[in-house]
Amino acid sequence: MENEILLLKGNEAIAHAAIRCGCDGYFGYPITPQSEVLETLSVLKPWETTGMVVLQAESEVASINMLYGGGGSGKRVMTSSSSVGIALMQEGISYMAGAEVPGLIVNVQRGGPGLGTIQPSQSDYNQATRGGGNGDYNVIVLAPNSVQEMADFVDLAFELSFKYRNPAMILSDGVIGQMMEKVVLPPFKPRRTEEEIARECPWAANGHGLKGRRPNIITSLEMDPVEMEKKNLHLQAKYKEIREKEVRYETTSCDDADILIVAFGSASRISLKAMETARKQGLKVGLFRPITLWPFPEREIREMARHLKGILTVEINAGQMVFDVRAAVDGSVPVRHFGRLGGIVPDPDEIVQELYKL
Amino acid sequence: MSDKNHPEKQASGLTRADIIRPENLVYQKPELMNDVNMHYCPGCSHGVVHKLIAEVIEEMGMADKTIGISPVGCAVFAYRYLDIDWQEAAHGRAPALATACKRLWPDRLVFTYQGDGDLACIGTAETLHALNRGENITIIFINNAIYGMTGGQMAPTTLLGMKTSTCPYGRDPKLHGFPLKITELAAQLEGTAYVTRQSVHNVAAIRKAKKAIRHAFENSMQGKGSNLVEIVSTCSSGWKMSPIKANQWMEEHMLEFYHLGDLKDKD
Ligand SMILES: Cc1ncc(C[n+]2csc(CCOP(=O)(O)OP(=O)(O)O)c2C)c(N)n1
Ligand code: SF4
Ligand SMILES: [Mg+2]
Repeated sequence: MENEILLLKGNEAIAHAAIRCGCDGYFGYPITPQSEVLETLSVLKPWETTGMVVLQAESEVASINMLYGGGGSGKRVMTSSSSVGIALMQEGISYMAGAEVPGLIVNVQRGGPGLGTIQPSQSDYNQATRGGGNGDYNVIVLAPNSVQEMADFVDLAFELSFKYRNPAMILSDGVIGQMMEKVVLPPFKPRRTEEEIARECPWAANGHGLKGRRPNIITSLEMDPVEMEKKNLHLQAKYKEIREKEVRYETTSCDDADILIVAFGSASRISLKAMETARKQGLKVGLFRPITLWPFPEREIREMARHLKGILTVEINAGQMVFDVRAAVDGSVPVRHFGRLGGIVPDPDEIVQELYKL
Repeated sequence: MSDKNHPEKQASGLTRADIIRPENLVYQKPELMNDVNMHYCPGCSHGVVHKLIAEVIEEMGMADKTIGISPVGCAVFAYRYLDIDWQEAAHGRAPALATACKRLWPDRLVFTYQGDGDLACIGTAETLHALNRGENITIIFINNAIYGMTGGQMAPTTLLGMKTSTCPYGRDPKLHGFPLKITELAAQLEGTAYVTRQSVHNVAAIRKAKKAIRHAFENSMQGKGSNLVEIVSTCSSGWKMSPIKANQWMEEHMLEFYHLGDLKDKD
């Protein structure tokens, strides 16, 4: 049964991957366009096979705090939601970052603001990459652009999250969540035993059942400002290490390019088509796809910019990542933004038109 | 230990160990209570309840298998006082953390410790839903009818006519609504196994409260469902009373409205 190949929606792939990568618990609240995650888990009944807990919580506020408790006890726990629900989770994500609790949050974005629309969007880029809640912190953000990556990034996100004791997010969108593609499911990985958790997470507060350690305390609170500054500096040092070691991106036809499209998630799929069309018309266009949105591949984009005439960011929002690209190139080349809003997905031809404006 | 130079040597020539012989011992601090100064005000109920929890965990032999969830409120630092694993929750969310911990570690003793603002106001949803799902946890609910930590503001449990910094002329139902008996609400829920209201203002009450906590903890380990132990408490500072006056006021006014006793016991 290793490497099973299925035709799945992105949301379903998340559920399958969770069960296969040793996830201990899922806690979530229904919202379009991602309800298939909890629905698929409910059909697959992993509590009867791997022992994974699946719970429909009373709200996203509860879901994220279940994640905080479960992650704080050293378990691999996850939740999924869409934009409006992720907004509700920000308090809990901030606590997790402060208390250095791992956990996976999947955001299958829809358009906003407010209740907005159930159609796809990438307008939570700022919320995801700037921390999103109160305090100076960052969440590791992975942006899949295929159903395959929806499946693959679940384990990757857990690995990064536990390696750095930091919450991680898969920032997807309604296109990737809802579309169906062939997916090679990841190989099966058993849930960790209590001994393995004790070894991997000696900090976890889970009742120190395995003797020989002092009680553990999970908290984000520190009343002494001197200590609190130290705690913050520790977090900042960790974020610096993540920025140095964990940047991920993909380039297509960049070697001879003098125009670069920078796009992530579903916008990168559409941009690929636009790039191919533009190349047929004689434009030397390349595509740069950030896979980690935080840490952002700024050094790589800066390097590339030296050989460019201009950059176009394509996002399904009003222009959010464009500021990170501008900061990266620091005025060395012009950077334009193109995006559609309100649940409208850009058309490849519109993108080609924009390329001519550079 | 009868070394003459022993630092603990008393004027009588006896050391502490000579005096406190196991056979003479009638009372001692639970081992799970850390030797640190508590930040609670004189006359506050929090410290007494901490001690009862420590005793019960110790007597059940569960020190190595307990996860406590502390609230946001005066008990935020509960983790400093009891030598067990703790997680400090966001304001009102302790039952959500406890739900996950218990489901992921079914053989652990999991309890939350929450104030009335934490539990009956900002965390009402998390509290009632965890209880209604029948999570095998215990919620210890310190009802002092006020927000102690933030300096004595009105709580959902504040009595009618009672003065706080945000109802300085007394709680008026037309302006502030009515005090919430959330424990009565919890008793209606199918998921709850044991719902009780206790106090710790005298020795007899303390003994009963301890029994209640033990019963609740045992229920949770036997998978009987969720347990809510309300402790009607004093907040001498928030009420602006001396410890003795606070105890008297509690008996006269709080217990008049919040009746003591078991509201539900499925056993
Ligand atoms: C989200 C949020 N809102 C408000 C506060 C401020 N706050 C801290 S404790 C508290 C009330 C605590 O009252 P209670 O739960 O009754 O506990 P007590 O101190 O009386 O034991 C409030 C409002 C906070 N920390 N977090
Ligand atoms: S403010 Fe009230 S609840 Fe807080 S420690 Fe003092 S007496 Fe106790
Ligand atoms: Mg209170």
